[in-house]
Amino acid sequence: MTVLQTPHADALAARHSHLKRLEAESIHILREVAAEFRHPVMLYSIGKDSSVLLHLLQKAFYPAPPPIPLLHVDTTWKFREMIAFRDRRAAEVGARLIVHINQEGVRQGVGPFSHGATVHTDIMKTQALKQALDAHGFDAAIGGARRDEEKSRAKERVFSFRTAQHRWDPKRQRPELWNLYNGRIAKGESVRVFPLSNWTELDIWLYIYREAIEVPSLYLAAPRPVVERDGMLVMVDDERLPLKPGEQPEMRKVRFRTLGCYPLTGAIESEADDLPKVIQEMLVARTSERQGRAIDHDPSASMEKKKQEGYF
Amino acid sequence: MGREPILSVDDYLARHESKDLLRFITCGSVDDGKSTLLGRLLYDTKVLFDDQLAALEGDSLRHGTQNGELDFALLVDGLSAEREQGITIDVAYRFFTTERRKFIVADCPGHEQYTRNMATGASTADLAVVLIDARKGVLTQTRRHTYIAALLGIRHVLLAVNKMDLVGYDEATFRAIETEYAALAAGMGIAQVTAIPVSALRGENVSARATAMPWFDGPSLLEHLETVAITPPAQTPGFRLPVQWVCRPDQNFRGYAGPVVAGSIAPGDEVVVLPGGARSRVARIVTADGDRKQATAGDAVTLTLEDERDISRGDVIAAAGDPPQVADQFAAHLLWMDESALLPGRGYWLKIGTRTVGAQVTEIKHKVDVNTQEELAAKRLELNEVGYCNLSLDQPVAFEPYATCRELGAFILIDRQTNATVGAGTLDFALRRADNIHWQHLDIDRAARARLKGQAPACLWFTGLSGSGKSTVANLVEKRLFAMGRHTYLLDGDNVRHGLNRDLGFTSEDRVENIRRVAEVAKLMVDAGLIVLVSFISPFRSERRMARELFAPGEFHEVFVDTPLAVCEARDVKGLYAKARAGSIKNFTGIDSPYEVPEAAEVHLQGGEEAPEQLAERVIRELLGEH
Repeated sequence: MTVLQTPHADALAARHSHLKRLEAESIHILREVAAEFRHPVMLYSIGKDSSVLLHLLQKAFYPAPPPIPLLHVDTTWKFREMIAFRDRRAAEVGARLIVHINQEGVRQGVGPFSHGATVHTDIMKTQALKQALDAHGFDAAIGGARRDEEKSRAKERVFSFRTAQHRWDPKRQRPELWNLYNGRIAKGESVRVFPLSNWTELDIWLYIYREAIEVPSLYLAAPRPVVERDGMLVMVDDERLPLKPGEQPEMRKVRFRTLGCYPLTGAIESEADDLPKVIQEMLVARTSERQGRAIDHDPSASMEKKKQEGYF
Repeated sequence: MGREPILSVDDYLARHESKDLLRFITCGSVDDGKSTLLGRLLYDTKVLFDDQLAALEGDSLRHGTQNGELDFALLVDGLSAEREQGITIDVAYRFFTTERRKFIVADCPGHEQYTRNMATGASTADLAVVLIDARKGVLTQTRRHTYIAALLGIRHVLLAVNKMDLVGYDEATFRAIETEYAALAAGMGIAQVTAIPVSALRGENVSARATAMPWFDGPSLLEHLETVAITPPAQTPGFRLPVQWVCRPDQNFRGYAGPVVAGSIAPGDEVVVLPGGARSRVARIVTADGDRKQATAGDAVTLTLEDERDISRGDVIAAAGDPPQVADQFAAHLLWMDESALLPGRGYWLKIGTRTVGAQVTEIKHKVDVNTQEELAAKRLELNEVGYCNLSLDQPVAFEPYATCRELGAFILIDRQTNATVGAGTLDFALRRADNIHWQHLDIDRAARARLKGQAPACLWFTGLSGSGKSTVANLVEKRLFAMGRHTYLLDGDNVRHGLNRDLGFTSEDRVENIRRVAEVAKLMVDAGLIVLVSFISPFRSERRMARELFAPGEFHEVFVDTPLAVCEARDVKGLYAKARAGSIKNFTGIDSPYEVPEAAEVHLQGGEEAPEQLAERVIRELLGEH
């Protein structure tokens, strides 16, 4: 993608703009993690929030390379472009990248079509994540979740305590006053850390624009082969998408507001083929970004339930 | 945000960037309509998306309390437990933007049992929206919420007198509440109160001005939030940077990363590193976007200094001409947030800035009833109680009074067993004791005394239930040591309670003090060169740990006399178990007061299984290193 010029950068750097404040707060959180935990890791899911996190990770520890490795939990159903993007970016940043796939799930042939979205997400994402955290003994896992995404996320702490079984107990969260984060845990326990807690979706995009952060081109509109299914536009990213009788992929100009497993992530029709247009489109948007996520369309409290079970 | 006219992205970015941010909390009692007000605010400022509105319509039918009409409260009560009970348990953060400002709202629970969650929200807020039900007026909860807000340094309150529709939009009702609340807030040090009559349900005076209350010519709630000026503290300290992380990518670079929490700094400025006191000058202000000519409060930077200095996480780099005080004794307000009470003398971790040290409350001067603000005498702090305390740290820290600088005046207490965040406090001022009592230098030291006695001094700490056989075994051990020509002393729980600890009872706080004194006495005796045997039930891990930490590594030997409760009770040498079971003795360990089993005692004796002589033999072997 093209790198955008940011004409206001100099003028903005001079004072404490809103984005500068958010950036400083996130950097503070990342440094606390590096200082207070023995084996921290950053969950890298390749999307826009992860791209911002990775950028902040570089800034927080500059001129040293990031002292925190990256972990990608690969469900094997990501967009192909995402995987190529992931490998390239990790190498450019100089961060160690760990990729984990739930091999047991692969052996059992778990996928979104054969087993449904809920089972697929649980086994290939939630269980896989727990496997990876246990296998490497990570005591802190940094994620890109934001409080404006979803109702149970709005109640999450920045340092969110997890039991040795990775469970979140929303009724017994540690009080978290000021920016004094409590990183003390017993062996086996862990903390999920959310440095982007106070960012909104708009802040993310404006920051990406201002800092010229590279994101996968799937966020920009382009002609792509899609089929319409249950009101959702699904991109035909590879031959594993089983076409139903009468379904014929057609080329439409679409883009994605979030990136997940391609069969579970709905595209939107859009003319926004560069970043300024994406931001303009968002300013008039009438639906939330999670609307395109099939996994959120379970009963209302599903995110809370998934989080209790160990989902990020 | 959805309503703003479409500009070019650069113009939008510039406008977005120039807006300032107001962080506020909403708090109120259970049925004051707080969540409804906030939901209405989000609805009116168009931050809700269509799919969220559709979900709200569905939820309103299922859980709603508005007969199927939109129930805005459901927008903000996010946890399923909250929806089921119709109450707010934890603080929820919401975001919205208007033409003039950006807002982060922390929607706080009103129940007393969730006060710690309200404190979490209030700690980062500039302003509090306090809701009152016009029909009920100022309640106990109103006083509590205002007190907690004031305690955490909030100086601006917007008093929203809600449900005006249910009192016929009556001005006299509103004015009476306004007057009563103003007096209350002034007494708590709230600098500015603005009262606004509101009907959240009908949308009167929420974002648009009310049409139903022509007698009120003030702003709507949203207008006030958009325009209220938040004044910074009158005095702000000079440059302060608590070091978070030392950046050493290679031999040639050594930088100190941290947030600038006060003042500003430029290369060449002289700085002092506290608490150590080393001085140097700033060489570079490093960021990923290039070196800076200046850094000010709010920046996250990395400093390099002109001289090599030993600086680590937790140190504070400060303006040399205007340094903060350094102290290890403080007067502080403390909010207790844990189910197990704060006990004076018990050791906790204290985190202030980026430094974590050991700390204990040495005295509770008084506690404050959060509902009435009455000052009461107290020996402990229970969940959700606030105390004015003396704090003692095990090492000095650089600090600022909370009123001048939150970042270096706020602290949390962390339990050393559970790692839970159990307390939050604000430092008022340093107590001068630390400066005035100096360690007396003595020429004859402990090593000299130990040499003269020809032995390695040590403390054998026997712990276990009453009747477990601690004193029997300790007595046998002392006789054996005595026979071997060793200089010993046995401190026995019952005996010490006849003298030194005559003034102490058996409550948890007295037990803590009991152990503290005995541990200090044992330490003096070890200093004198003795082998000290301590035979105390000492039921709490925290106090045994506190005792252990008074001694040098290898000097303290914990002996756990592990005799089953049934065996101890069957023995009942002193008849105490019978009395405890009958209820005539309270707080008896093992019956109605807990015994916390040691996790890593040096010696673990099975009291019910082996003879006392064999047990004594094992202790001797441990002491002499023959195990």
